[in-house]
Amino acid sequence: MSEHIILPEGSIEKQTTTLNLGPTHPATHGVFQNILEMDGERIIKSTSTVGYIHRAFEKIAERRPLYQITTLTDRLNYCSSPINNMGWHITCEKLLGVSLPKRVDYLRIIIMELARISDHLICNSIVGVDTGAYSGFLYLMQFRELIYEIYEEVCGSRLTTNMGRIGGFERNFTNAAFEKLEKFLKEYPKQLKEFENLFSRNRIFMDRTIGCGPISAERAINYGFTGPNLRAAGVDYDVRIHAPYSSYEDFDFTVPIGKTGDCYDRYLVRNEEMWQSLNIINQAYKKVQEFKGADAEVFHADVPNYYLPEKEDVYTKMEALIYHFKIVMGEVVMPAGEVYASVEGANGELGFYLVSDGGRTPYRLHFRRPCFIYYQAYPELIQGGMLSDAVITMSSLNLIAGEMDG
Amino acid sequence: MSRPVQYNNTVKFQGIPEGYMGEGFMATNLEKVVSLARKNSIWPLPFATSCCGIEFMATMASHYDLARFGSERVSFSPRQCDLLMVMGTIAKKMAPILKQVYLQMAEPRWVLAMGACASSGGIFDTYSVLQGIDQIIPVDVYVPGCPPRPEAVLDGFIKIQDLVNSEGLRRRHSDQYKELLKSYDIQ
Amino acid sequence: MELTKEIIKQQLTDKFGDQLFDWQEPYGMLTFSAIKELNLKIMQFLFDKEDLQFRFLTDLTGIHYPDNKGAELGVVYHLHNLEKNIRIRFKVFMDINNPEVFSATALYQGANWMERETFDFYGIRFVGHPNLIRILNVDEMDYFPMRKEFPLEDQSRIDKDDEMFGRG
Repeated sequence: MSEHIILPEGSIEKQTTTLNLGPTHPATHGVFQNILEMDGERIIKSTSTVGYIHRAFEKIAERRPLYQITTLTDRLNYCSSPINNMGWHITCEKLLGVSLPKRVDYLRIIIMELARISDHLICNSIVGVDTGAYSGFLYLMQFRELIYEIYEEVCGSRLTTNMGRIGGFERNFTNAAFEKLEKFLKEYPKQLKEFENLFSRNRIFMDRTIGCGPISAERAINYGFTGPNLRAAGVDYDVRIHAPYSSYEDFDFTVPIGKTGDCYDRYLVRNEEMWQSLNIINQAYKKVQEFKGADAEVFHADVPNYYLPEKEDVYTKMEALIYHFKIVMGEVVMPAGEVYASVEGANGELGFYLVSDGGRTPYRLHFRRPCFIYYQAYPELIQGGMLSDAVITMSSLNLIAGEMDG
Repeated sequence: MSRPVQYNNTVKFQGIPEGYMGEGFMATNLEKVVSLARKNSIWPLPFATSCCGIEFMATMASHYDLARFGSERVSFSPRQCDLLMVMGTIAKKMAPILKQVYLQMAEPRWVLAMGACASSGGIFDTYSVLQGIDQIIPVDVYVPGCPPRPEAVLDGFIKIQDLVNSEGLRRRHSDQYKELLKSYDIQ
Repeated sequence: MELTKEIIKQQLTDKFGDQLFDWQEPYGMLTFSAIKELNLKIMQFLFDKEDLQFRFLTDLTGIHYPDNKGAELGVVYHLHNLEKNIRIRFKVFMDINNPEVFSATALYQGANWMERETFDFYGIRFVGHPNLIRILNVDEMDYFPMRKEFPLEDQSRIDKDDEMFGRG
């Protein structure tokens, strides 16, 4: 980076070109636009434009009762939608003051960690694709298919899962779901090891990514970074440790930290987080199997106002019929108040700020979206670097357009 | 010791057009040959904006391989592609860009709207979302779903192949097509 | 030393007195409101003071209460002290005819886009912001969509069949 000839200001030879790294990207990152001013191959300045997929989630949420907002949260970070769903349910449970049985918490943790693995899979393999290595992506997408099969057994859908209800899950996990989980836990570590062998000490990959888009810890905190990007810069902030939700405090796992915050550190942090997630899933699965008898049938807490009662009860008991009617017609009122709850999404701290005035729908719902907040730092990260480094920095930040624009 | 030769007798030859065949030559309709070539080598442009883009990535990956239908190479340049696959929500801010990409495509061009958001606005009936891309560009195949399963995408792709096959060589010059483009303000 | 909500409240009231009001703790998070001229001073105090050190801006958003005449628009800040692991929320309200507050971009770089988003949705102008233009909506939009008086749907649609939507 040092043999760059600096031309004097105002000289005839010094001219910058404007390049539009436009909303239609080759490589499915999402739609955001960067207008780059370049001096040859180096980037002098850049401006980002977002909002090309603004879907007005917050305005829609003011119209919907709490359980219908889950489908909106799916579409925030759609690579790991169960985490968004569970985060929203945790916020609602905090508002309503519901506490969950342990089995539900452990099942939620299994699903959330699977979603985290699924998101980091995409991010790391896309970093590989952007540096030119396409095969890693194909190897790992197979395992996303396995994760999708597990989601299908639990909730019926692959990508935008709408998984779970306020108070737990809509049905118990079937034996088929647990078999698929065991298959995943058996086959995935080998493939992750192979992927690691292909990339972690690969000379070309290291040369491309080391020193590319670094950020210091102070700047990262000032920008509001969270998640693997912040941990790669050296700050150990993880919502699962700072404000444990859903019984994370019962589990033993480490949080990987990087040093310089460049693309290579982000790749390594995400890679190690995938191993830690496997660790957590193994522990959670063992704990779930320890529940026997009637305890093993528990899959939701008792939230009569928001959780649909069993169909047999609806046809025979009066209260169940009334609750069923009120929930389906959307006539349940929620307690007034304001609550902020956050979960550790795959990109960072996904927060939900819910203000309720005692009506049927939220008065104000704001999603604290990590991608939106750390994308502001992108011009600073790529300044002085080359164009190909800008592309790799963008993919290693794991920008998901749905979350950014919301 | 080499293996004995095996003949695969169960192969079905798909879509050889009828014609007059002889020793080393075949005479058939030009239209049929051109359609056969076009339909088995469609180069799509994945205009992926949101969640449907991830299902498209799953369709391109090895489990539900799109490459076996002839789209081994996805082109990201509109000048070189045949099929514009619009995947995901199109906001009103993005609509002029979509129109510009469509205008840059060369004839013959087809459009596949994947997902509920591209077909009709999907679950987002808001002030900022375009309620279906057929408000601005003519669409050939709609694949519903939120997101559609990869099998559904492949089904839509096969329908596009059927359209390509049966289109004929002169459709793009016909008055009806010109009327269609004029109704969308496209020259 | 343990940083508790009482210590924070004590330090803030020592410094600012009764310009801070409406102290509450909904669901465990200390919340207060302040007059709008003080927002940057409060954040600077929370940022710099030795034992407070609220160096992380978690969230910045707007809210609209059309019924509170004179204080319709509000900005809500969520701050976080990462080391002592404590969160705090404070709000400032302003009149809808003069929606101006000081910008927090001098302190927190992360406030830049969050303030642009709040401006885009509510029309709150942040004095001192380097580039206060719309961020998520189209540039030509001339109203502020998240205010309560504006509808969700696009009113210029002519293809909706009212019969199907229960309005026919």
